[in-house]
Amino acid sequence: MHPAFSIIVFTTLSGFGYGLAAVLGLGLLGPEYWATKVLHVLALAMISGGLLSSTLHLGNPQRAWRAFSQWRSSWLSREGVMAILTFIPLCISAWLCLFEDTYSPTVGLVGAAGCIVTVFCTAMIYASLKSIDAWHTWLTPLCYLLFAATGGALLAGIGTLLRFYASSIELTLPAMALLVAAWLSKIVWWRRLRSMAPTSTPESATGLGAIGRVRLFERPHVNDNYLTHEMGYRIARKHARKLSRLAVLYGGVVPLILLTLMLVTGSGAPILFFQLGALLLFGVGVAIERWLFFAEARHAVMNYY
Amino acid sequence: MTSLPSLPTPKKLGLVIDLDVCVGCHACVISCKEWNTGGYGNALSDQDPYGADVSGTFLNRIHTFEIIPDDGLVVGEAGDARIVHFPKSCLHCDDAPCVTVCPTGASYKRGEDGIVLVDESMCIGCGLCAWACPYGAREMDLAAGVMKKCTLCVDRVYNETLKEVDRIPSCVRTCPANARHYGDLADPNSAVSIMVAERGGMDLMPEQGTRPVNKYLPPRPRKALANSASQLPLAENTDGAKGFFAWLDSTLDRL
Repeated sequence: MHPAFSIIVFTTLSGFGYGLAAVLGLGLLGPEYWATKVLHVLALAMISGGLLSSTLHLGNPQRAWRAFSQWRSSWLSREGVMAILTFIPLCISAWLCLFEDTYSPTVGLVGAAGCIVTVFCTAMIYASLKSIDAWHTWLTPLCYLLFAATGGALLAGIGTLLRFYASSIELTLPAMALLVAAWLSKIVWWRRLRSMAPTSTPESATGLGAIGRVRLFERPHVNDNYLTHEMGYRIARKHARKLSRLAVLYGGVVPLILLTLMLVTGSGAPILFFQLGALLLFGVGVAIERWLFFAEARHAVMNYY
Repeated sequence: MTSLPSLPTPKKLGLVIDLDVCVGCHACVISCKEWNTGGYGNALSDQDPYGADVSGTFLNRIHTFEIIPDDGLVVGEAGDARIVHFPKSCLHCDDAPCVTVCPTGASYKRGEDGIVLVDESMCIGCGLCAWACPYGAREMDLAAGVMKKCTLCVDRVYNETLKEVDRIPSCVRTCPANARHYGDLADPNSAVSIMVAERGGMDLMPEQGTRPVNKYLPPRPRKALANSASQLPLAENTDGAKGFFAWLDSTLDRL
């Protein structure tokens, strides 16, 4: 599948944003601190930026409002509806924190739940497509949720550091656990992808398997078309294994070491460096992971090409 | 509404494509493009049509496959090895995954005849339906920014201003080899249903669970040329001659 830049930016940014908003919604950070206020604004900015970026790949973005209508059948519509509904508690939470220095557990928890449901809907857009074997598994929403939660926990960690200038074990340990869980689920996802037999083959696609092995002799047109451009992306597969190892190393193993060093160091200037380093490297790892998510996925239509 | 019709559609209009007959001339591709660029919805645009990197929106494309039996290495070497031309357009599936993923309600399956259509004035061009279709039946029109697909020539088949013989999809009307057939596949007595029953019409990718309406007729088993030799008339055989030619034959023999 073609890794469209706007969709990669959308899923990565909004994933981090929803993760951060969910952590804020749990009330772990005191609403009276300026760092918490900045994080509230940052979460809303990331979510809105991601949503706006997702409209960039539309052919007719001026009709995007119509996408709220088909929530009964379409995960994309559900995602749109949930994104808008979730904005309500998130904005109320941000208002309470920014201007009234308070935290409301009801609004916060409703917002956190909304974040989880929205990210789940995003992931289900991909997981519900039977035509793409790589995505059609419950592991896809699991990965999306864990990566969003990890990103949120790492971002929130920056806030606590700016507040206390000391590592907070109650935020760092869950972040480390989420980091490990996210990459473990991704490794399982990759293993499934690389060991599975494709659901459809050129033989089943043409119905000619009874005669023998089927191979494309002549494609319909000499040049590329929308289908081969959108679903026939091949560049990443050559280096897919290398790239996924690099993503786990730089996005998982190194951040884990940095977070451990931070806990060991305890306080002082270096801990901010450790936390920021872990966050940035995790971001790079997620960007590679998200790129591979599209680039490695093979669409059933390619059995005809 | 992008939910599929709750009841089976009373009619299942669709195509039956005979892979034994198709000669791969691409006439249906051109007639489809020609009819649909001026018909239902936006024109089917081309990008860089006279340049080096030509591409465009097509609703019907012909692929050509070679099929090699397990004991063969190249086409023509063993058994039934052969080339098959393979027309591919929307299959108007009963469980159309392209319809249910649509976020706006632009994609729908008609309750009365099962034709799958896009209301282009509601389409936002997100492309998700093209991802959901395992057959590659949907192509985004890059000029209009909306999704295009086979309409089963809905603007021909019900069009009473056309002569009755023309009230069939453009691809079917055009096919010079008669490889494409149009009809109601819900009616067991229709010509297309009888064809499907007699020839073992098949679904493409049944494992995707889409339950396509369109069916494909498999190529007939290939006969070895040598087996037909006895039926071929010899060039110098005059056994069947009658009348003047019989007289001429016997007279010339006597000379």
